[in-house]
Amino acid sequence: MVSAETVILDQAGVGRALTRIAHEILERNKGSDQLVLVGIRSGGDLLAAELNRRIAEIEGEGVPLGTVDITMYRDDLAARGSLPVGKTEIPFQLDGKQVILVDDVLFTGRTIRSAMDALMDFGRPSSIQLAVLIDRGHRELPIRADFVGRNVPTARAEKIDVQFDEQSVPREVRLIKP
Amino acid sequence: MAFGHKHILGIEQLSREDIQLILDTGDAFKEINSRDIKKVPTLRGKTIVNAFFEASTRTRLSFEIAGKRLSADTVNIAGSTSSVVKGETLEDTAKNIEAMAPDIIVIRHGHSGAPHYLAERVGCSIVNAGDGAHEHPSQALLDLMTIREHKGTIEGLEVAIVGDITHSRVARSDIYALTRMGARVRLAGPGTMIPPGIEKLGNVVVCRNMLDAIDNADVVMMLRIQLERQSKTLLPSLREYARFYGLNPKNIKLAKADAIVMHPGPMNRGVEISSYVADGVQNVILDQVANGVAVRMALLYLVSGVEAMETQQG
Amino acid sequence: MSKLLIKGGRVLDPAQGLDKSCDILVEDGRIAAIEANIDAAGVETIDASGRLVTPGLVDIHVHLRDPGLEYKEDIVSGTQAAVAGGFTAVACMPNTKPVNDSLAVTRYILDKAATEGHCRVFPIASITKGLAGDSLAELGELREAGCYAASDDGKPVASSEMMRRAMEYARPFDMTIVSHAEDLELVGAGVMNEGPVATELGLKGIPWVAEDAATARDIMLAELTGCHLHVAHVSTKGSVELVRQAKQRGVNVTCEATPHHFTLTDEAVRGYNTNAKMNPPLRSEQDRLAICAGLADGTIDAIATDHAPHHLDEKNVEFNIAMNGIVGLETALPLTLQLVRDGVIDLTRAIELLTSGPARCLGLPVGRLEVGAAADITLIDPEQQWTVAADQLHSKSKNSPFVGWSLQGGAVCTIVGGRVAFART
Repeated sequence: MVSAETVILDQAGVGRALTRIAHEILERNKGSDQLVLVGIRSGGDLLAAELNRRIAEIEGEGVPLGTVDITMYRDDLAARGSLPVGKTEIPFQLDGKQVILVDDVLFTGRTIRSAMDALMDFGRPSSIQLAVLIDRGHRELPIRADFVGRNVPTARAEKIDVQFDEQSVPREVRLIKP
Repeated sequence: MAFGHKHILGIEQLSREDIQLILDTGDAFKEINSRDIKKVPTLRGKTIVNAFFEASTRTRLSFEIAGKRLSADTVNIAGSTSSVVKGETLEDTAKNIEAMAPDIIVIRHGHSGAPHYLAERVGCSIVNAGDGAHEHPSQALLDLMTIREHKGTIEGLEVAIVGDITHSRVARSDIYALTRMGARVRLAGPGTMIPPGIEKLGNVVVCRNMLDAIDNADVVMMLRIQLERQSKTLLPSLREYARFYGLNPKNIKLAKADAIVMHPGPMNRGVEISSYVADGVQNVILDQVANGVAVRMALLYLVSGVEAMETQQG
Repeated sequence: MSKLLIKGGRVLDPAQGLDKSCDILVEDGRIAAIEANIDAAGVETIDASGRLVTPGLVDIHVHLRDPGLEYKEDIVSGTQAAVAGGFTAVACMPNTKPVNDSLAVTRYILDKAATEGHCRVFPIASITKGLAGDSLAELGELREAGCYAASDDGKPVASSEMMRRAMEYARPFDMTIVSHAEDLELVGAGVMNEGPVATELGLKGIPWVAEDAATARDIMLAELTGCHLHVAHVSTKGSVELVRQAKQRGVNVTCEATPHHFTLTDEAVRGYNTNAKMNPPLRSEQDRLAICAGLADGTIDAIATDHAPHHLDEKNVEFNIAMNGIVGLETALPLTLQLVRDGVIDLTRAIELLTSGPARCLGLPVGRLEVGAAADITLIDPEQQWTVAADQLHSKSKNSPFVGWSLQGGAVCTIVGGRVAFART
């Protein structure tokens, strides 16, 4: 079976989207004072690091950066078995912070639900906002992103693949048809 | 890679890759234990029965905490090993437990092979928490996790295990685990406590005395002398045991300067280990206990995935 | 006058060096003729072409569990299993409830065997009253009642003095003393052979020296007293060698080995298989090979099953607390024939080890095909392929490590005293 792949965002496109999102985050939160970034493994953590670079460029310094692994919070143990558990690293307090949760692709919303549960176990943020590079629709939970790089209408069976280079810099986004 | 073991009956059945995965998973779970809210919903709705047919405090506690931190419902039952006393066979006991639909039974039993016996007769996952003189897999895994934390790797290490090898399930599991991960194991103990053929379990050398075993070792593991189990034919006295097989500030100097000292607990201070060593900078005994919770969380999590998939497909 | 003609088989009687194609005519329970082409028109005829026709097989080590332990086996079911396995005579051990240490129990066994049993039964008396090891049973009277041998089988006679006196006392009665050779202190709490497998499984081991030391003692006592000693179920290389040396210097000693000890090793225990738990335990490959050598060179006189039925409940438990022993009557013949196929012994020797060999060990008047002798005859199909299935065993108990094994060879017809006691359909 031949699967068709289309590049829907090239390296420059990803860069522009992230820069725009960084500006939007700072604008909405009136600066970076109480801001922290938490990326979801794996993919979101790399994008969060990219976003933080841009925030640093704009604001002069970055914000606290953490990663969350949502494996322990999944709801599909029975369907997928015991997936490898990655490390969650949030080396700072979340209480009272404005948390920007970062993921690469927003799909059913279940990953975000899991990530929010995880964050709540670490403290009581004043708010959680969601930043994603791609929103491909097909939500199964009442979740929406606050910051979106690109909305991509997809069929359910299609896949979105966000690729990174060796330096963990996002290279391109492909849409893969089954 | 996927974990394929529904039961954890012994290290013997685990490959190097399995052990690696368990240790990595344990590392990830360890972070939970330092949180304010030490609980994740991973095994929400799962029921774990800790069936301890032999007295145990720390292993049972460790498994119980591990289950609870993963949000499983853990229930403890204690019983006597002797079916005569219970008036019920182990199979009947197990079938009764099974009728209440647990997902995992963690079993500690005085008879070697009891976990195998259950695994053949019940549908849920069985995790061996120590069976007779056979295996104590979770202890060996927490030992490996602790060694890896301190030494970075297990490959190539020289590990001395000293004490009553014959009656030690910890020694057997550690021998399998250490040699499978590329360590070399040296054993020492009284002649009455070295079982025949032990060197066939892995890359193991039996030393004539304790000093040869700990000479230049990276890790020194002291086994507990079961005071209550020793008949007069195995040892002349604890005094003599301490002299020839006890770890003290003098003989520990034979080991590498950065060697770590381990003990599965509970310690008999002044017998197999001197307090000067037990409380010294080289001891990692409390790290072992802390890692015990993490590695048991890993085991419960990994077998649950296999069990859950099987249930869904079945 | 009842007659039976066994026609066209290969008649094999090692005791007489007989191995030829001929017919056997049975009249009134006795062998009337062994000749080629017996013409007996109108007589009931069994076609034995392609079959081995041998003396009825003899098993001198069987636990019939009757009286008292009939939930495991009884004289009816045990002898049914015997004839199904080709045996026409069995000697049963005295560790029943009550123990066979009295005329009453011996008579009970003989009566029940005569009226309800399927084959001949030779009760073995206990050496000591109640198997307790501290006072001699009434061996003279028991011998008179039909006990050719005495044994405390299941446990050793621990006291050397007691064993010495038993041999001295039994000798003038022409009674064989059967030794269950085991030093209980060296056995301790052991549950399997001591060695790498026991170490790996974390099970307490029984060292070979527990058997060898006791075998050596009993051989020396036989040497001292002149009594005929029969060593039951030798399982170690050392025991075989001790018997070999004793025979060379003329000691009146015989011994037997079981099919499981010449077929299996302690590797069979892996997985905590309680049907591989027996006493003496399955030993190492070295021991197994020594037993094969002993069977071949004549050191070992007999193959005996140590048929030890146990109820499912007694085996379906943790290994440590499972009962010792396995059933063996229905698998002994094919396992022995396997030795022939493996080149360990020849066919004549195999049949000798199952007929005249065991009969000689206890002095039993069976195991030969002679004109005038009782017509105990076994017809064997050496080619028959079959799979051991628990539900097809005739024994009440199914505790066999060979369940599920594919075996070759078996009894197709077992004739006891001229009567067909078993015929495979």
